[in-house]
Amino acid sequence: MALDDTKKVKDFKVVGTRPNRPDGIDKVTGRARFGADMVAPGMLTGRILRSPHAHARILRIDTSKAEALPGVKAVVTRADFGDVPDHVADVIDNCMAGDKALYDGHAVAAIAATSAAVARKALKLIEVEYEVLPHVTDVDAAMRPGAPVLHEGAQQETVPEGYSGNVISRVEFGHGDIEAGLAKADRVVERTYRTGATHQGYIEPHACLATMSADGQGDLWVCTQGHYMVRNVCAAILGLEQGQLRVTASEIGGGFGGKTVVFLEPVALMLAKKSGRPVKMVMSRSEVLRATGPTASTSIDVRIGMKKDGRITAAFAELRYQGGAYPGSPVDMGSMSAFAPYDLENVKTVGWDVVTNRPKAAAYRAPGAPMAAFAVESAIDELAKGFGLDPLAVRLMNGAKEGTRASYGPTYPAIGLMATLEAAHTHPHWTAPLGENQGRGVACGFWFNFGGDTCVSLNVTPDGTVTVSEGNPDIGGSRASMTMMAAEELGIPYDQVRTIIADTGSLGQNEVTDGSRVTFAVGLATIEAARAAKREMCRRAAMIWGIDEEAVEWEDGAARPAGPNAGKFPPMTIKEIAAVASNTGGPIAGHHEVTAEGAGVSFGTHMVDVEVDPDTGATKILRYTVFQDAGRAVHPAYVEGQFQGGAVQGIGWALNEEYIYGEDGILQNAGFLDYRIPVASDLPMIDTVILEIPNPGHPYGVRGVGETPIVPPLAAVANAVSAAAGVRMTQLPMSPPRVLAAIQAAKG
Amino acid sequence: MRYEAPQDVEAAVRILAAEQGAYVLAGGTDLLVKLRSEMVEPEVVVDIKRIAGMKAITAEDGGWRIGAAVSGAEMGEHAGLVADWPGVVEAAGLIGSTQVQGRATLTGNLCNASPAADSVPAMVAAGAVARVVGPQGTRDVDVIDIPKGPGKTTLAAGEFIASVFLPARGARSGDAYLRFIPRTEMDIAVVGCGISLSLDAEGRVTAARVALGAVGPKVILVEAAAAAIKRRVLDEATLSDLAEACSAAATPIEDKRGTVDFRRHVAGVLARRAAVIAEARAKGEKA
Repeated sequence: MALDDTKKVKDFKVVGTRPNRPDGIDKVTGRARFGADMVAPGMLTGRILRSPHAHARILRIDTSKAEALPGVKAVVTRADFGDVPDHVADVIDNCMAGDKALYDGHAVAAIAATSAAVARKALKLIEVEYEVLPHVTDVDAAMRPGAPVLHEGAQQETVPEGYSGNVISRVEFGHGDIEAGLAKADRVVERTYRTGATHQGYIEPHACLATMSADGQGDLWVCTQGHYMVRNVCAAILGLEQGQLRVTASEIGGGFGGKTVVFLEPVALMLAKKSGRPVKMVMSRSEVLRATGPTASTSIDVRIGMKKDGRITAAFAELRYQGGAYPGSPVDMGSMSAFAPYDLENVKTVGWDVVTNRPKAAAYRAPGAPMAAFAVESAIDELAKGFGLDPLAVRLMNGAKEGTRASYGPTYPAIGLMATLEAAHTHPHWTAPLGENQGRGVACGFWFNFGGDTCVSLNVTPDGTVTVSEGNPDIGGSRASMTMMAAEELGIPYDQVRTIIADTGSLGQNEVTDGSRVTFAVGLATIEAARAAKREMCRRAAMIWGIDEEAVEWEDGAARPAGPNAGKFPPMTIKEIAAVASNTGGPIAGHHEVTAEGAGVSFGTHMVDVEVDPDTGATKILRYTVFQDAGRAVHPAYVEGQFQGGAVQGIGWALNEEYIYGEDGILQNAGFLDYRIPVASDLPMIDTVILEIPNPGHPYGVRGVGETPIVPPLAAVANAVSAAAGVRMTQLPMSPPRVLAAIQAAKG
Repeated sequence: MRYEAPQDVEAAVRILAAEQGAYVLAGGTDLLVKLRSEMVEPEVVVDIKRIAGMKAITAEDGGWRIGAAVSGAEMGEHAGLVADWPGVVEAAGLIGSTQVQGRATLTGNLCNASPAADSVPAMVAAGAVARVVGPQGTRDVDVIDIPKGPGKTTLAAGEFIASVFLPARGARSGDAYLRFIPRTEMDIAVVGCGISLSLDAEGRVTAARVALGAVGPKVILVEAAAAAIKRRVLDEATLSDLAEACSAAATPIEDKRGTVDFRRHVAGVLARRAAVIAEARAKGEKA
């Protein structure tokens, strides 16, 4: 469904305004129901026993003493699940270990009991006999021949000989001739960069409440980014028909990609099945950090050649991502996105997917892209500064535009990178003075964006107000955005529409809330559903007036005769049509079902000023400005919120966040004290500049905005810190000890 | 788990002495976290907040006696205490968030016995004395002698600390506490440094106490640092000697929060910066 060119910016009445969010009052008063807020009669408490070892063979699990404890109603181990279909084999193995525990915190058994105290006691009564195996948690170490291998026989044929079995696959993208391009350069920068593994850091821990009746019908209340995904995966694991399992999404306190997979849900359903009672499970913060899905840690080599005028002659990157205990790190996305902002004649990326004894990586906001951008944007910064060039001018010279063949294959339609660079270049921030020990950094970032399966139902009530049912949990204000698009299309006020998140029994399949897809794809389906309802209302009016359907048009919330020849009838409003719907053919609704295409890629440019304390290595963020293309900002306050949130998560990643493993392979910082996400006082207000280069693939021009903003900040902050400290920082996080050591080493 | 709220010290001591798994609850900002994370499973929690004097800040012999249940926020609002011992008040004020400040106490911070406790180096620099009550009666103990090692105190079974006494603040005297954390708040000290000093009319240091936190199994009183600045004005050379003495006295471990080299270096940096603040306060300047 293409951009509706007849609809100009000035025509929008609702889109582009900033109404209050419909879920706001419940959230600020504490009435909103999150994952852990649901209760059921006779409910049990579910708890998980987790591996204390990074890598161990499970020789024996004896649950008999736990089962004998009064109050224990069910005990579950992997044996209860039996064989599962191949496509969920790794999923269940991650939720409940099979032959081996593959990381510290890996689930090995679960209990449902009448109280948390009984469950706690019962966990201690489960006897597990382990054969502790050698482990590996570092990506480079895991790739070396001789490293302890997690999965024998998992290596794919894309991997040449000579690599450890932990190297699962190799990908390659690009075009041109790298060596020929580098030969034309006046200078080549060749460096290795490293990034730590970070967690999404959502505030709400995973939680669910499961029931399973004796006749095989299940219900699940769960905090997730995609309850249809939860239904499909759990049905496959438990051998249920999808229609027999109804999943309802709770309100969600953050996800950022980390809630696009299951952890507790199949276990809770199995405990409910075995006990015959509802089972609630809620993770602790330590469980969230040890055993959900952080993102990959990486090791990346970059070679870029540049002419002294700033033109890039060739660009190469080799990316090594460890994605935890199972295949599927986001190295493919990192390899595709690394050079996506540039128009390059010679470009190539090679990516390696590596497994280690860490929790399996889940998606984290633009999965794979921030680390690649850190490496590439750092190298470009170093080259530009080496030639004394303006780093924004260098990016303007090499930046991708409409018609550019992207490094990962496609040719771009209208895109907004140049607009963000130009806005940055002319912004007062760019020329503001800097003081002693201060530095400024810039970086660009890209994200693909996604569409996918989407189903929306729009119902007109008898009083002429409207309800929209969508199937994607509202993480970033999407109910407000859907309400706005429905109101815009129907020509009625915002407060005449209410949007709900429907359960899996109420709509067709919906892809998870990922890929920055919801405002784009669900918005598109909402607009189309509204158009279907409008067509139906025009038909009803035509019937009442006794004229042709084609002679009726919809404008400002009412059906009107189209032109003087259609007859002289006063407009019929949505309320008037709805009031008589029982006499004109029954209830009025609009639906739309689509696999949405044309999501439209998104680009951003970030600019940051920092001050580095040369005596302690501590970095203070002084000023930060985000420039990003939103296509069309439906609710600008939420677009700004996405820009700010992405920047802040990126700042945390750049400065302090990191999974720290000991020599023993045990996670050292499974809590928010030592896993340091930024706090409010660490940050200035993040300034935002929204550019609007309409996406040709959406009727209003909307592009997803949620993920791009976390792509540039790692590099932008690193470039700023490097400038302030006078030494190039190539490893994240740039924690104070690391920065101080670099400053002291540079002093000699 | 039982909850008891005795009305007097004797009753509290009786319960604490009688039961193995008894824990004292004042502000609860450490105990509740440990409960929730299942690090402890108390048989009985003894809330001491209802005992007379526990919530009082009282003038005594020119100094201040601070009850065991006085919160950081209450200390920060006490003009007399802030005027005399701003370093101790600031150190207590660094613990946790605004919400935590409404509960967290100096005594609790001391009894939690974390090597990184913020208020402890400040109290040690101030020469603070803890009043310990127990089955054998009452005894006064220098604060530095309360922590034994990480998570361990020298308190005997049935004993708890009823108050902390900060001595009279002499003329031309000031104190300061600084800590290093990777963030700006809601964090734990990687290094902490408390300094208290007195000056003569010419600005020379006549008395000083310098204490370091988070660079050893318990707080360290650095006598060499005090000796390095005594009878000298705090010029660049003096401050360098102070920093060097502190770096040398630090005995940190390498862990997730910092390297040995980093902690040693930053101990010196903080000592230098804290001394400058304490000096300004001693001179009656705003700092």
